[in-house]
Amino acid sequence: MDSTILQFVNLTLGYDRHPAVHHLDYAIRAGALVAVVGPNGAGKSTLLKGTVGSLTPLGGEIRLTGIEVSDIAYLPQQSEIDQGFPISVFDMVAMGLWRKTRAFRRFGREGYRKIGEALDTVGLSGFEKRPIGTLSGGQMQRALFARLLLQDARLILLDEPFTSIDSATVRDLKGLIRRWHEERRTVVAVLHDLDQVRTEFPETLLLAREQIAAGPTEHVLSPANLDQARRLTEAFDEGAAVCER
Amino acid sequence: MYDAIIAPFVEFSFMRRALVGCLALSLGATPIGVFLTLRRMSLTGDAMAHAILPGAALGYLVAGLSLGAMTLGGVIAGVTVALLSGLVARTTVAREDSSLAAFYLISLAVGVVIVSTRGSNVDLLHILFGTVLALNDAAIFLVAGIATVTLFGLAFIYRPLVMECFDPGFLRSVSSLSPVAHYSFLVLAVLNLVGGFHALGTLMAVGIMILPAAAARFWTRDVTPLLAIGMTAAFLGGFVGLLLSYHASLPSGPAIILTAGVFYLFSLTFGPDGVIMTRLRSHHHLEA
Repeated sequence: MDSTILQFVNLTLGYDRHPAVHHLDYAIRAGALVAVVGPNGAGKSTLLKGTVGSLTPLGGEIRLTGIEVSDIAYLPQQSEIDQGFPISVFDMVAMGLWRKTRAFRRFGREGYRKIGEALDTVGLSGFEKRPIGTLSGGQMQRALFARLLLQDARLILLDEPFTSIDSATVRDLKGLIRRWHEERRTVVAVLHDLDQVRTEFPETLLLAREQIAAGPTEHVLSPANLDQARRLTEAFDEGAAVCER
Repeated sequence: MYDAIIAPFVEFSFMRRALVGCLALSLGATPIGVFLTLRRMSLTGDAMAHAILPGAALGYLVAGLSLGAMTLGGVIAGVTVALLSGLVARTTVAREDSSLAAFYLISLAVGVVIVSTRGSNVDLLHILFGTVLALNDAAIFLVAGIATVTLFGLAFIYRPLVMECFDPGFLRSVSSLSPVAHYSFLVLAVLNLVGGFHALGTLMAVGIMILPAAAARFWTRDVTPLLAIGMTAAFLGGFVGLLLSYHASLPSGPAIILTAGVFYLFSLTFGPDGVIMTRLRSHHHLEA
């Protein structure tokens, strides 16, 4: 059997002592393709932020096996990218090679080839010299996927990668996710479109602050489970007592 | 022609020294300014320049008009304000701009109090408006040394710094160099402001940083040419500004900054991404 690459152990993540993810226990196998599903405010993005270490757990822990936090490729929902920054598509995508080039090394012939390949894979050949400020939303998302591709990571976290993107782009990017899965990489994606989850993702974690269900997608996305998830109250209870669990 | 442009520098050593000082400033301060504008921190330079004052004043109080003491004091005050405001921004709800404003205002008030207890207004003017026409050997070495440290320092942190400006979240996700890039950059900025205040004064030092950098943005859409254009413009500004101050008997610092200002207005108007060219282009759209 495959070994576990990412494990949440009694994990509580949150803001201002209020939990957004509450006592989560879940293990993700190396090579798994997992969708994280749940209503708004269910703690999906928070879970990914905690995994890449930009949020410190309020309790429990996140165990990575065989990789470091810096080996994770992460596509945030709202990136901090400055769209007006004077930089070309090529230079932006090339940042994905950081693990190889670090601060000083040249890209080398191999690097240039890989960058070209990545741009080709996402359908952005010919865009190399374009300033990123001139890209459309979908083209920008393609460029970000090219950068993820170059990161060559064993664990890839995607936070709502298909939001506000046309169907052709979604189809291409889903193809990329399938390719990562075939290459035995672990992909964890936060998604809202349940049809997409049913067709593309064998495994699902249904979250509503607490874990509602997890496992094979068709079992997890049952009407009863979804109904239970929907009943989550989004607002924090200001008068909540300290959790004793 | 020769009399107007070359002769002043041949005949007067103070003009030559001033020109060397300007060259050093444009090599060091202007690239810092380019990154400040790229990080939307153009006004941070101004704030930091004020923050330096109490350190410089304290140095002056302890050792008189000593270059070393005033430099050291200025660097310590500037770095302290930069680190404190960064720390507050990262650990509390306050944003970096509000905490920087708070700390530099406190710093500035302390500086003015220190100056007023001992010195006369003439000393304050000296600190505020600089002495590019009276650069001695030590001051030139200081400014040139700072330019050297800056160029090597920027070369060292260039890649992470560009990533930190463009996509800090990504840099943090792949590397722990984000704070290294940020704080080394701030230290370099403080060094250059201190160097600049010996030559141009605290108020004008920011000008040679920001104006050429802001002007360069109208000519190119890539970082490397931005640096080259900015540095060239800054040096030409120094050269023309010095001649202007010589022939028209103007104070040298403001003359240099005004020249850079004229170049900024020219770029804003006629640069490829300036007002006129942008208007002209929009009338002729392309086929695809």
